[in-house]
Amino acid sequence: MVPRRGVLKGAAALAAGTTATGRAVSQSRSNLPPNIPEWMKTQGATILSPPYGLPSPFEKNVIRRQRTRTPTQTAATTTTPLQDLQGIITPNGLHFERDHGGVPAIDPDQHRLMVHGLVERPLIFTMDDLTRFPSVSRLYFIECSGNGSWNVLPPATTAQESRGLLSCAEWTGVPLATVLAEAGVKPGAAWLLAEGADAAAMTRSVPIAKAMDDALLCYSQNGERLRPEQGYPLRLLLPGFEGNMSVKWLRRLKLGDQPFQTREETGQYSDLMPNGVARQFTFVMEANSIITFPSGGQRLHGPGSYEISGLAWSGRGRVTGVEVSTDGGRQWRRAALQEPVLTKCLTRFRLPWTWDGAPALLLSRSIDETGYIQPSRAKLVAVRGLNSHYHYNAIQPWQVAADGTVTYVA
Amino acid sequence: MWPRLGVGAVCAAVAVAALPATATAAPQPAYGFGRPATAQEIAGWDIDVRADGAGLPPGQGSVAAGRGVYGQKCAACHGFTGEGGPMEALVGGAGTLASAHPVKTVGSFWPYATTLFDYVRRAMPFNAPQSLSADEVYAVTAYVLFLNHLVPQDAVLDARTLPQVKMPNRNGFTSPDPRPDAP
Ligand code: HEC
Repeated sequence: MVPRRGVLKGAAALAAGTTATGRAVSQSRSNLPPNIPEWMKTQGATILSPPYGLPSPFEKNVIRRQRTRTPTQTAATTTTPLQDLQGIITPNGLHFERDHGGVPAIDPDQHRLMVHGLVERPLIFTMDDLTRFPSVSRLYFIECSGNGSWNVLPPATTAQESRGLLSCAEWTGVPLATVLAEAGVKPGAAWLLAEGADAAAMTRSVPIAKAMDDALLCYSQNGERLRPEQGYPLRLLLPGFEGNMSVKWLRRLKLGDQPFQTREETGQYSDLMPNGVARQFTFVMEANSIITFPSGGQRLHGPGSYEISGLAWSGRGRVTGVEVSTDGGRQWRRAALQEPVLTKCLTRFRLPWTWDGAPALLLSRSIDETGYIQPSRAKLVAVRGLNSHYHYNAIQPWQVAADGTVTYVA
Repeated sequence: MWPRLGVGAVCAAVAVAALPATATAAPQPAYGFGRPATAQEIAGWDIDVRADGAGLPPGQGSVAAGRGVYGQKCAACHGFTGEGGPMEALVGGAGTLASAHPVKTVGSFWPYATTLFDYVRRAMPFNAPQSLSADEVYAVTAYVLFLNHLVPQDAVLDARTLPQVKMPNRNGFTSPDPRPDAP
């Protein structure tokens, strides 16, 4: 299976001149059997070149990409190349970005977290203070509420363009509840304003119940300190909630008895319904999934065995099942879920498939522990119309043509 | 629950000893990390403004003064009458929210005038955030509201009058979250 697919992929690439990831393929046979490959005849690169390792140069097309052209490059968005990644962890350099005022360059020694408002003891913490608290490490996805598109996208759309405002990492930090207990939450505190130290001074109101439940103050991501674009040196993490609320470069937490009604929870990040009324405080990212292979822009070379593979997730908890259809939804089969299957974390699913060479419409739908089933686009649009902008979690179909090309279908 | 480290208990003891007597009613901190924030430190960072006006600073600004601030510091990005281009429009869109092409602006969509003050104070002008004085923020807020026909030409806004400005879409939002709605 593995060698076969490798060959197929290579052959397909030759036809197109590139691999699925756009890498140029050498025509040379001098390194192939029975010849001795040239890289065996000389010493390789020295250690520490470079001290912080980088991917192989052959993987140079596996990169974040700007989602849509924006008038500025600091209030902007980049996407994770989901179609090029395996497993569930997003490498730190490929975690999607969403900034409203650029990425600040913060000296951790000069960064402070202030906790005030409805607390017994307003406090200021240094990063040393925060890293001294008992810590936890947990795997969670972060998904921008603007992920997915209510508009119909072009046929050439890739998985990265369709659902790439999605990443997953092992986050390390201190439970927010621990830090709030230090300050002493006063009775009546119902909301908490989280504010970033960026040029947008990003602010969101967080319900106190979420703050006390599974919220983290994170300083590390996949083992190393947060990347600057992920909030270095400190970010809030609200598992399963829309990404914007996991405020990066966190500098201030203010407890209050009501939401603060910031721009980002009124004019932005609210869902406009067909009747002209907007839903406010829609925090949870509902169950979702996407097939990453085969997906838009990739190509199958000839009938035979393939493994359909993808990602499923739910902001309400664990994914309990993923169903895949290869005939546009007439029949569904249960995919295998790769362990670990964790709450509010990406789950990798896989299903063996024998392609007969006829056009095929591939669908996936996830089911979470609440029993919720990911809806079709038709169902979602019937309820919410086309102007709600956020929280699009409809099934993403991929059309496989007889020639093996894979394209986006709304 | 995560494992409690020995260091925590030691620090808790230190913290209790160091706490002022006034804090005795509430549960004591377990670790005693961090230090008290002074009123002055809080004042410098406490920039948010709530819908009821809590957090609005002293000062005031007129539509006339705001025209000047706007022309100098906002118009290049948001257009001379707030019509937008190259950046987002700040006016227009009235009556479009239930249409096929809704235009969401401060005037057509935002439920609270205070949010405009809060946002401009923290994030605008985009190229120099937090550079405006309180008077300038009041003034440019007044001017943007004037451009949206929401305050008269002679309006002067301050901590008392700004929260009273009636926004057309004040009742255009619902919560709590009704989902799951399309399973
Ligand atoms: C250099 C260009 C630039 C200048 C100058 C500028 N802005 Fe902005 N403004 C932006 C950008 C970009 C955004 C969107 C930011 C984002 O996406 O988060 C924005 C957003 C806004 C918004 C929110 C609009 C909405 O509907 O969400 C308001 C209000 C605003 N600006 C007011 C002002 C005011 C008042 C000034 C002058 C004091 C000003 N801006 C100066 C670029 C600018």
